[in-house]
Amino acid sequence: MALATEQFILNIGPLHPSTHGVFRMRVTLDGEIIQDVEPVFGYLHRGLEKLCEKHTYKQNIPLTDRLDYVSAINNNWPYVAAVEKLAGIQVPQRAEFMRVIMGELQRIASHLLAVGSLMNDMGIFYTAFMYMFREREKIIDLLEMVTGQRLLYNYMRFGGVSMDFPTEFLPALADFLKIMPGYLDEYDTMLADNEILLSRTKGVGVLSAAAAIDASTSGPMLRGSGVKWDLRKDSPYSVYDRFEFDVPVGQNGDCYDRYRVRMEEMRQSLRIIHQAVEQLPAGSEKTSVPLRLRPAKGEVYTQIEAPRGILGCYLVSDGTEKPYRCHFRAPALINLTVLRNLLIGQKLADAIIIFGSIDISMGEVDR
Amino acid sequence: MNWSLSPDWPGNFWLRLIIIAVVIIAYVMSSVIMFIWMERRVIARFQSRLGPNRAGPFGLLQAFADTVKILTKEDIIPTLADKLLFWIAPAIAFVPTLMIMAVIPLMNGLQLADLNVGVLYIAAVSAIASIGVFLSGMAGNNKYSLVGAIREIAQLISFEIPMVLAIAGLVIASGSMSVSGIIEAQNIPFILVQPLGFMIFIVAILAEINRTPFDLVEADSELTCGFNTEYSGMKFALLYLTEYSEAVVGSALIATFFLGGWRGPLLPGILWFAIKMFASFMFILWLRGTLPRLRIDQSMRLAWKGLLPLAFVNLFIIGLKSVFLPDLSLWISVPAYILISLILVMLWAMFMRKERQSFGG
Repeated sequence: MALATEQFILNIGPLHPSTHGVFRMRVTLDGEIIQDVEPVFGYLHRGLEKLCEKHTYKQNIPLTDRLDYVSAINNNWPYVAAVEKLAGIQVPQRAEFMRVIMGELQRIASHLLAVGSLMNDMGIFYTAFMYMFREREKIIDLLEMVTGQRLLYNYMRFGGVSMDFPTEFLPALADFLKIMPGYLDEYDTMLADNEILLSRTKGVGVLSAAAAIDASTSGPMLRGSGVKWDLRKDSPYSVYDRFEFDVPVGQNGDCYDRYRVRMEEMRQSLRIIHQAVEQLPAGSEKTSVPLRLRPAKGEVYTQIEAPRGILGCYLVSDGTEKPYRCHFRAPALINLTVLRNLLIGQKLADAIIIFGSIDISMGEVDR
Repeated sequence: MNWSLSPDWPGNFWLRLIIIAVVIIAYVMSSVIMFIWMERRVIARFQSRLGPNRAGPFGLLQAFADTVKILTKEDIIPTLADKLLFWIAPAIAFVPTLMIMAVIPLMNGLQLADLNVGVLYIAAVSAIASIGVFLSGMAGNNKYSLVGAIREIAQLISFEIPMVLAIAGLVIASGSMSVSGIIEAQNIPFILVQPLGFMIFIVAILAEINRTPFDLVEADSELTCGFNTEYSGMKFALLYLTEYSEAVVGSALIATFFLGGWRGPLLPGILWFAIKMFASFMFILWLRGTLPRLRIDQSMRLAWKGLLPLAFVNLFIIGLKSVFLPDLSLWISVPAYILISLILVMLWAMFMRKERQSFGG
């Protein structure tokens, strides 16, 4: 006699330790195997894009911090660059280098958090997470030195950055650059060859290169699938064409590759910061911009390589001091669209890891 | 100096029973408190944190503070829960862990019952505790708990067999099924005589007591604590206590079966036993601070394809040795067996790695 069975619907989230914010997955399970997933988001929707239309151009800079609150500096960048392009503001060389240094520091901090919480999802009881937080703390201290803030820095301005580096910053940064590679090696000895980690992540959540391109994913998600596409290299913005660095790519597109890509990117970011500090020119950190900025009528789209992928800003100006329309291309949201295809047929425990390896930030997904 | 308790002290059978029962319960409870403290402090050090250090010296009273907090919480029973099971499941989970301690000598003679089938008794009773955990997961009418409960039973069935087979190796090596007999036979600790058995046993016991990397039942990052999600107040305290007394029993079993129990020079037996027990727990904590969690199918694969064949091989080798070479000197047999174990484990690790790669990894 066959037992009557039925499918089992489990709501993971919106409040769940591993959903990295308020994300909800409505999972249909057959035992432990996932039959269907319905991602539900919007719990953190704050109407940021609409808010941008109600504020002046300058007032919008702090709002962009709140997009992806884990990498605030990188979020200022496309918006500031868009306004600069629209109003034809020239950015001093020193400011461009400072943006690169701060942006790359922020990228390392963001990747540390991503890898740390991925390990947490995998069940290393906070050890890897705390280790990575130890180094993230050092980065935040550095950023605090310059901006006075620890999470939402509100750092960039039209035509430059808000503050020049204080005198103690560059020596502290040199110290950090000296010790950080050792810490990265420490993580690798701890994690890279761990048999359980390999068996949990290898071959799990495979995203083929074609599927990654079709879904227009970007960032470590795309590069983990073996597509060598990094805006810093392929369509250099700011002063990225002056630095020498590699674009790490994975082979299989599984969770392990995405994790390895993030680890490698941290090393490359360190290389970039090294070169940027060496080439840092003297000069002013910002140009003067009219207080009531009224860019000419028109529209503009700029994009940068944020830690989570390509972050774009589409801006329409109607000649007043408020933007007519401001839209952000949020990499986390677009990377998330492949979630359903990745999860179906996997185990429940893998769902958490695959979701963690996408590395979303709900502030950016819901906006 | 001879630290031992004579079998007829203090004369009256019932009095002896009551005194020893109280001593054992007190021992388990105080160990639980120490374990909780150790877990929090040691894990904190692993993670470059300080851990609790406010309540009492070195945070030693943290466990008491937590207990007071838990007991003052509202005791919630979900509307759709199976009320009877929800009530008795924590007790069903907790009592067997104490029952196992009845046959484990804390020192020479300090043992509630020296059963001549003590090993069998341990194997039987330890399974009941898992049923308690299963029931508590099922009764709460929570889907996370249910998944945890299903995992618990799958894990119990899979890991019980290699564990019992590893103990069977000890029975052959010592020629006794009583726990005190096994300790009596350990002129050198069985970790050296039965290294392979030790490895199998320690992996199986980790799965039995739901410790990393086999904490699938709780899996806080997946199942939000699994079987105890719905529990609060006193009943949660009991489940929490169960978890740690299982850890106490697990480390006590490792200490008894493989590290020579209460035996040791100079110090009194109960102290040696405690030292060995805490050392075992330290090892468990070390694993918890380092390893990720296995997936359920990987854990099953480990049990059935990895541990079970190894346990049979171990049993076969020790059987051959005790039939054909019963008088082989320890100086030869111990290094030889350690070598054989190492080779077997290496082969096994290679096999498991191949296996993983064949699954796409």
